[in-house]
Amino acid sequence: MTLEFMQNYWWLLASVLGGLLVFLLFVQGGQSMLLSSRDNATRELIVNSMGRKWELTFTTLVVFGGAMFASFPLFYSTSFGGAYWLWMLILFSFILQAVSYEYRNKKGNIYGTRTYDIFLFINGCVGCILLGVAVSMFFFGAHFTVSKGNLLDSASPVISTWAPTHGFEAIFNWKNLILGVAILFLARTQACLYMMNYICDDARFFDDLKRRTLINGGIFVVFFLWFMTMLLTATGYDVLTLNFVIVRVEDEPFKYFHSYLSQWFSLAVLLLGVAGVLYGIGRSAFGRHYTRGIWWSGIGTILVVCSLFWVAGYGDTAFYPSLDDPMSSLTINNSSSSYFTLQVMTYVSLLIPFVAAYIWYVWRSMDIDKLTSAQLEKTDHKY
Amino acid sequence: MTVVDWSRWQFALTAIYHWLFVPLTLGLSVMVAIMESIYVRTGSQAWLKATKFWMTLFGINFAIGVATGLILEFEFGTNWSNYSWFVGDIFGAPLAIEGIVAFFMESTFVAVMFFGWHRVSRRFHLAATWLTAIGASISALWILVANAWMQYPVGMEFDPAQMRNVMDNFWALFSGIAVNKFFHAVFSGWALAGIFVIGVSSWFLIKNRNREFAIRSIKVGAWTGLAGMLMTMYTGDGSAVEVTKHQPMKLAAMEGLYKGSTQQGIVAMGLVNPAKSWNNDEDEYLFDIELPYGLSILAKHDPNAFVPGITDIIEGVDINANGDTINTVGYAERIARGKMAHEALRDFDKAKAVHDDEGMADAKARLKADYPYFGYGYFDSVDEAIPPVGVTFYSFRVMVILGSFFLLLYIVVLVGIYRRQWFEKSKWLQWIALVSVPFMWVCSEAGWMVAEVGRQPWTVQDLLPTRAAISAVSTTTVITTFWMFAGIFTLLLVAEVSIMIRQIEKGSKKDLNS
Repeated sequence: MTLEFMQNYWWLLASVLGGLLVFLLFVQGGQSMLLSSRDNATRELIVNSMGRKWELTFTTLVVFGGAMFASFPLFYSTSFGGAYWLWMLILFSFILQAVSYEYRNKKGNIYGTRTYDIFLFINGCVGCILLGVAVSMFFFGAHFTVSKGNLLDSASPVISTWAPTHGFEAIFNWKNLILGVAILFLARTQACLYMMNYICDDARFFDDLKRRTLINGGIFVVFFLWFMTMLLTATGYDVLTLNFVIVRVEDEPFKYFHSYLSQWFSLAVLLLGVAGVLYGIGRSAFGRHYTRGIWWSGIGTILVVCSLFWVAGYGDTAFYPSLDDPMSSLTINNSSSSYFTLQVMTYVSLLIPFVAAYIWYVWRSMDIDKLTSAQLEKTDHKY
Repeated sequence: MTVVDWSRWQFALTAIYHWLFVPLTLGLSVMVAIMESIYVRTGSQAWLKATKFWMTLFGINFAIGVATGLILEFEFGTNWSNYSWFVGDIFGAPLAIEGIVAFFMESTFVAVMFFGWHRVSRRFHLAATWLTAIGASISALWILVANAWMQYPVGMEFDPAQMRNVMDNFWALFSGIAVNKFFHAVFSGWALAGIFVIGVSSWFLIKNRNREFAIRSIKVGAWTGLAGMLMTMYTGDGSAVEVTKHQPMKLAAMEGLYKGSTQQGIVAMGLVNPAKSWNNDEDEYLFDIELPYGLSILAKHDPNAFVPGITDIIEGVDINANGDTINTVGYAERIARGKMAHEALRDFDKAKAVHDDEGMADAKARLKADYPYFGYGYFDSVDEAIPPVGVTFYSFRVMVILGSFFLLLYIVVLVGIYRRQWFEKSKWLQWIALVSVPFMWVCSEAGWMVAEVGRQPWTVQDLLPTRAAISAVSTTTVITTFWMFAGIFTLLLVAEVSIMIRQIEKGSKKDLNS
């Protein structure tokens, strides 16, 4: 195994984790609909269906962070230490989520159920939008510089420095927000699809979910197309990296369009993914009683996110372009861990199929029976 | 205060809050698994009720532990970005493995624990409960391996071309410090959870509610907790020996010892003299009660061994096993050699820029010779390399004194519980057990204070001081997020304690006896 192979392999794993994370954000999508649910019974069903999966989303986020730290530490140190407010706000929103399910209905929770539902709503909206902003910077760049020589400056030894607004400039960049909003509405759409599949309750609720699928799915498509148009017409960096060092950077108009044309597999995966998402949404919204849309849409989402990661990371470009100093941009070559560490991590990654298998097996056993209001009343552990 | 101080405070705040919940998760998960095992073996509904009661409390605690843990992982990037680059090649791997191996296990099987009672078989459910407990411990393993590595950095070398450390031996991460630290932390969780179970159950006895349930729970809590406490003490002893070998300055700070000697005693109780510094003649203590030979035995398992103090270490004085005075590298020399290492790295960088292979080779050789002192190059005075003595000294005593008290409490409770009539009549003992509960957390947190304050000023021992490990964010920014964290964690802690109390009260009014 060469260093280049392992860098590509770990970028592939990061893309799959990223795809899974965006798919699992359906939990956040469901939370964003809590405050507008039509009655208490509906709200309880939404909370208890989403609440059984929140830890999977949460864990995937943590593992994504850990995997990026281990495989691309320069990205970890530059992005997290630089876009400080962006990441901090994401983290705050996830803190609110982690306790809200468990505490919302418990006696003695002090602040009342409504407060915890508002916390879940905040995480649902803020979490999705800001994660979208974070991913968008992979294409539209950020204001940072990397100077490793700073390490020897006792007075100011930090190697990665960022714009003084520390991430606020990224949050209020409309290009980044487009993807953020697209992800929010994708998550809301998938929450509807998930509940159509998992909750077996009255027909009125099902029809309501179909209506919501159509509305949220429609908004998602508009914003996603807007993002893709910006992406395919954007000027990106054509980068040459050797032995962890960028030796040349040039602007290239329509960079990502060219990348898709030259990476047939990324284009094929993108088209397959988009088709899957649209099929899942369309058939669920217009079909009579179709409940399997979450599978089409979910797999489609993972494929689309993977393809976006691939054009960001593969093909002589920077996955984290620096707008202040192009030579400081991050590529999968100059930001990765050493050969030895990637090798160790590669051996560890062999466990991933086993992890995926037991997760699949457990949730298949747990989800055999669909959730109903009546069943919810009998359950030992109700959120 | 500078951005370094606020970043430290923020990390300390997050870690302290996180550690309020983690040890209870570690210990209670094992006790719940034991109770459920008894239920599955005997079919007893009483054990099923006990399992569910403690599982509810486990769930309330687990959620907030997850929330605070998330922040810790990401704070390495947000507040310690230089650290993340400098040693990310080594430190990141255990964190990623923790996620892949442990977090998914915990999060998947904890869902079965809570929602699987009527969805999976009894044995599957029991397996899930045990796997949740095991997952929690595996999670602790990897983060503690990472933490231990910061105290004793091994298995890596510095790559001047990339200006970072790179791993060259993964298995070296499992050093003696890591092994002791892991078992010490996990078993202290058992000990803490045992006191929690005994305290809550004693309240049931005081209130004369569900007495059978209370006695049953105390037996599980006391046996598991005692085992945990004994192992905590054993591994604590191992940790002291490892600290003596690899972080002698931390040991000296724990003891407030400036001038060491052979047959060195240990201060059982005392007040350190704040006016004392490494180079003045003030007394070390304002008051002290010393146990003869104690520190020599603790540090080297030899009553006649020499244990160096802060001044000895700074001056580079040590005494070997034969009693001969030897000179080690003093701190003034370490600072000088650290600066030479910096200079060599600068030269390497310049030579690299002009493709001067000979210059690079020469600079690399000089850097290699002085690299063990690289971190000292950031200091201008030896005073900067001394940890806060007072906090380390007092935290160590709080931990040891409370730990000894809890060992005694475990023994009294265990003897008493098998003389049931006496135990049930002994309201004083039940009250002591109840009132002791918060002190167990004080004991546990004090242990971490010793470990983390005592290793200052280093994030990575000898290689990267805390002040060079930070991110380039403003002080105002970190102050803002510090208070945001302080506010939200406090609000959530208040809610957690309130919910716990209500759940305990609610449970006490149900029939849990049969």
